Amino acid sequence: MFRTDEVKEIYEMMVRMRFFEEETLRLYNEALVTGSLHPYIGEEAIAATATHLMKDGDMLTSTHRGLGHCIACGVEFNPLMAELFGKATGIGGGKGGSMHIFDVEKGLLGTNGIVAGGTSIAVGAALNLKDIKNTDNIVFCFFGEGASNEGVTHESMNLASVWNLPVIFVCENNMYQVFTHEEVSCSVENIAERAKGYSMPGVTIDGNDIFELEKAYKKAIKRARAGEGPSFVECKTYRWGGHWPGDVHAYGGYRSTEEVDEWKRKCPIERLGKHVIKNGLAAEKELQEIKDKVSKEVDESISFATNSPEPDVSELMKHIFA
Amino acid sequence: MAKIKYSIAIRDALAEEMRRDADVFIMGEDIASFGGVFGCTLNLPEEFGLKRVRSTPISEAAFVGAGLGASISGARAVVELQYVDFILCAMDQLVNQTAKIHYMSNGKVEVPYTLRVQQGCGRGNGAQHAQNFESMFANVPGLKVVCPATPSDAKGLLKTAIRDNNPVVFCEHKMLYATRGEVPESDDFLIPFGVADIKRPGKDATVIATSYMVGKALEAAKKLEKEGIDVELIDPRTIVPLDLETICKSVEKTGRLVIVHETNEFGSFGAEIAFKVQSKVFNYLDAPIERICTSQVPMPYSRVLEDANVPTPERIIEAVKKVMYI
Repeated sequence: MFRTDEVKEIYEMMVRMRFFEEETLRLYNEALVTGSLHPYIGEEAIAATATHLMKDGDMLTSTHRGLGHCIACGVEFNPLMAELFGKATGIGGGKGGSMHIFDVEKGLLGTNGIVAGGTSIAVGAALNLKDIKNTDNIVFCFFGEGASNEGVTHESMNLASVWNLPVIFVCENNMYQVFTHEEVSCSVENIAERAKGYSMPGVTIDGNDIFELEKAYKKAIKRARAGEGPSFVECKTYRWGGHWPGDVHAYGGYRSTEEVDEWKRKCPIERLGKHVIKNGLAAEKELQEIKDKVSKEVDESISFATNSPEPDVSELMKHIFA
Repeated sequence: MAKIKYSIAIRDALAEEMRRDADVFIMGEDIASFGGVFGCTLNLPEEFGLKRVRSTPISEAAFVGAGLGASISGARAVVELQYVDFILCAMDQLVNQTAKIHYMSNGKVEVPYTLRVQQGCGRGNGAQHAQNFESMFANVPGLKVVCPATPSDAKGLLKTAIRDNNPVVFCEHKMLYATRGEVPESDDFLIPFGVADIKRPGKDATVIATSYMVGKALEAAKKLEKEGIDVELIDPRTIVPLDLETICKSVEKTGRLVIVHETNEFGSFGAEIAFKVQSKVFNYLDAPIERICTSQVPMPYSRVLEDANVPTPERIIEAVKKVMYI
């Protein structure tokens, strides 16, 4: 089980994700952040625990709801916030936006504007790491229950299985594809049942509990590093907000207020905080210090983004080809 | 110089690049058995093993996307599509993902990825096995598009494609695999992209043709020569990047232009060349530009109908005479 320092690291990482995204929502309403934005708030434990277990050279593919994965990978706030502002100092020079963020050195093979867009990319990276580079590195492939209905997800699971590739398919099941509940979109009660069709182990766990995540991930990682093939981890979770900030039907529309409120009580950060204090791993004061530190860093990133220049128009036609 | 087949020239290019660089690997449907359907990977599994020469399941979306994942994580993937028509199952992976990553990452991520596709008419393969998509590929920012017409070009351009740090769609033609030609044997035989090949110098009219159409245009040029008409035949070899300079210089000399391609008419790369030529050298043109191509219709199965749809030397001759007002 995670050591105390590890638990605190994961706690801090989740706070980083939460505080950063809460500010992006405010900035979206002020039209400083524009276009598409899909908050990960409520789902933080899934990515924070995964990246904690990654070692140098491991990689991951993310989704349209990907800022959490980026932060978990270690992408810094300043270039990330500046990217959301569309500024020249953004991680993609303002050309990407929230759905197109890459940092291969940190293992981030991209957030993705296309649902299931990362699944085949994860398989290819795993092929390279295992069979071309001959390493024991692994690839985490994040996607939602909606993406589990995309054909390429099934093709990718089959490919990873027949080639014994070190991919960990992590289904972040937040129950809703935009406005539509999984009951009317998915043929199975638990998405992990689909793993059987591709001869890989599949488990369904509480995605808001870092210790359940730890157990499932460690098993999958061990199998992947040993060259025994892919695994499937379905994480039951919930997005607190709408599909995007302008989704006004998320609270009391297609989701009941009771359902949303109940899931908010299962907040992964609050749960871990309570666990930490109850078990004497840290004092309340120490957790507050973490929050204050992160909050300050988020504020600084907003100043950085605000004060950064817009991209020069001459950038338009640059970087089409290497 | 040895005369070898187009398919073997491709095989040799793959082998040389795999020997040169351990990051290069190839995959595609059935390629690790008997050299694949068109023999382009003959004997490669024996030399390089099944990790670097791998047959894939029939999962175009997954393996085209996997080629991308491998490429951006540090490999140099060469993926074969048995028929270009199947790319339509993987357009997200090619267009949304592969083509755009370099741009979206502001130049930070490079995509050294070659996608070999087999395309073209000539065997009665019908509407879903005989298409030509180079115009469609060329319409996507971020893809380089190559259309080799000879064994020598196939080898030199494929080696360049594999060494390129961008996604390259390498369009091979099913009717060319068995054709033979002289091919340099040097490991360093590379043909740069964006350099057209003047197949035949001439002074009366410029004809542009690519891939299988180069042979048809050469045949037309030979017949026209007997009638005293001197055609300059240019093969751009790469659609993206396009050697517009060589084309425009030729038009400045001849004043007349006929464009021949096998890809469908509407919005084709031929239309784009015509637009660019008129905007650059309008004053040199002595006649409206002509274009000979497949019509805006699915490819029919009947050989009679297929032949009626595909450019022939006769149609090219007619077009050359038209721009010369003969």
